[in-house]
Amino acid sequence: MAWFRRSKVSINVNDAQRKDIPDGMWIKCESCGEIIHRSQLEQQLFTCLKCQYHFRITSEQYLSFLLDEGSFKEMDRKMRSTDPINFKDTKLYKERIKESMRKTGLQDAVRTGTGKISGMPIAIAAMDFGFIGGSMGSVVGEKVARAAEKALKSKCPLIIISSSGGARMMEGALSLMQLAKTSGRLAQLSDAGIPYISLMTDPTTGGVTASYAMLGDVNLAEPAALIGFAGPRVIKQTIGKDLPPGFQRSEFQMEHGFVDMVVHRKEMKETVTKLLNYLWA
Amino acid sequence: MAKTVLEFEKPVVELEQKVEEMRKYSDALDIADEIKVLEEKILQLRKTIYSGLTRWQKVQLARHPDRPYTLDYIAMMTTDFIEMHGDRCFADDKAIVGGFARIEGEPVMIIGHQKGRDTKSNLYRNFGMPNPDGYRKALRLMKLAAKFGRPVVTMLDTPGAFPGLEAEERGQAEAIARNLFEMSHLPVPIIVIIIGEGASGGALGIGVGDRVLMLENTWYSVISPESCSSILWRSWEFKEQAAEALKLTAPDLLAQGIIDRIVPEPLGGAHRNPQQTADTLRVVIHEELKKFRKVNPDKLIEKRVEKFAKMGKWEE
Repeated sequence: MAWFRRSKVSINVNDAQRKDIPDGMWIKCESCGEIIHRSQLEQQLFTCLKCQYHFRITSEQYLSFLLDEGSFKEMDRKMRSTDPINFKDTKLYKERIKESMRKTGLQDAVRTGTGKISGMPIAIAAMDFGFIGGSMGSVVGEKVARAAEKALKSKCPLIIISSSGGARMMEGALSLMQLAKTSGRLAQLSDAGIPYISLMTDPTTGGVTASYAMLGDVNLAEPAALIGFAGPRVIKQTIGKDLPPGFQRSEFQMEHGFVDMVVHRKEMKETVTKLLNYLWA
Repeated sequence: MAKTVLEFEKPVVELEQKVEEMRKYSDALDIADEIKVLEEKILQLRKTIYSGLTRWQKVQLARHPDRPYTLDYIAMMTTDFIEMHGDRCFADDKAIVGGFARIEGEPVMIIGHQKGRDTKSNLYRNFGMPNPDGYRKALRLMKLAAKFGRPVVTMLDTPGAFPGLEAEERGQAEAIARNLFEMSHLPVPIIVIIIGEGASGGALGIGVGDRVLMLENTWYSVISPESCSSILWRSWEFKEQAAEALKLTAPDLLAQGIIDRIVPEPLGGAHRNPQQTADTLRVVIHEELKKFRKVNPDKLIEKRVEKFAKMGKWEE
């Protein structure tokens, strides 16, 4: 019998919370434990100097370093979910949305618009994992589809930065249909001969991987991002064995032929520029 | 006669057994009237039970082990079926079957998920859960159909794409994504029918089409009620609530604008009279195919993409 017992379980912090970048001047690397000054981390585009760990960042942060300064013009900024099937689990879906809006200051899990990369006009979508796990419901599907439409109509390349746990359960089959919707628009874009670059960040799983994330003319991934269809926990349960190290990470995906390149965040803009010059300029 | 009896089917089956027994003595005893009364009672009971099924009960019906599967329907409603195998990349996935067949004399490419009926055949069919090879095989067959101008009919019945190690290595996500992409601009008509379980991307992977139909007692959603329960309720025990919340039955999906038509099943479900279900399906598929006989391929593709582009609900 122990003398002391923990009265509350307070040590389990969930994954999503853990990986958010905390406020404060000094930040500890999630991977190697290195203590990094915030300004230095920003300079490094939120990657660890020592181990190259890529922190999860918001769409705003991503757009700020990928696009030319001041070039981003947001589309469909006010689009939001209507809770189409009145979904309720332990919480109302409506409440989850409100809470996520309050927490992130966003309307849903993707921001879309037009902008320029090294002077080249492009259409772009960037996802936010912080909004209900970056899940894709009607709003995400519609906004991504419209970004593809925009690229088609204004004849400019499309770039999608994915970061998602998959389709959003709380909109039922409507969420599933967003896979078909976005893939259909990408097929039209492809038939028109307009390039699409998919950029996968940690994590990109489920319905997003099984639709637009895997459909790039070129598929790029940040180092060590989790990329796959089924989640590792489900696979582990199914096969009843531990998964090999590095399973479903970017490097694994490149090794198996599903990602063209693993690109460090600091080299992303340069790489995308080079690619666009080959594909479009 | 149903071999497996679900909880809510029990009252009907018990009465049916009674009638069966009475019939044995009906030569010796004059009980014809009584049998008639009981039969009428059975009919009424069935009507009440099956009109008031909960969403979870419908999920159970969709999974009924006696329900006809793709190959059963092909045998019952088509002629001249020639099964084709393999994706020309890696393997022949047994969880997806396909080949040319004739429906009312008309040549089509028919492709569907295939479950097994006992342990052995279920292992062979991987419980109807395709690997990437299955989706690539389906795509190969669809492209073959397109090359020779034959319409495509797909039948959906899967508990999901297989979540295995090799499936990930060979690109389960890419295989499904590629199918959605390619099916979106396939230049021949595609008729999709959900004949059992339509679980998520594993079902949709062969489910993009010009017309999407659902048999009456089937379900189609973004996730199975069990998995939904385990994620959102953190327990497997809330599958009934999850099924209700997901709104995953045929009438639900018709109301959400996702499917075009519900195909009626015999009272009590497709397994009560497989041949009757197959006959209905044959007529319905033939009817649907007729609508696309003279459509220009570019228009067909545009309409198909716009059809899915409309799905979803939002405000702005």
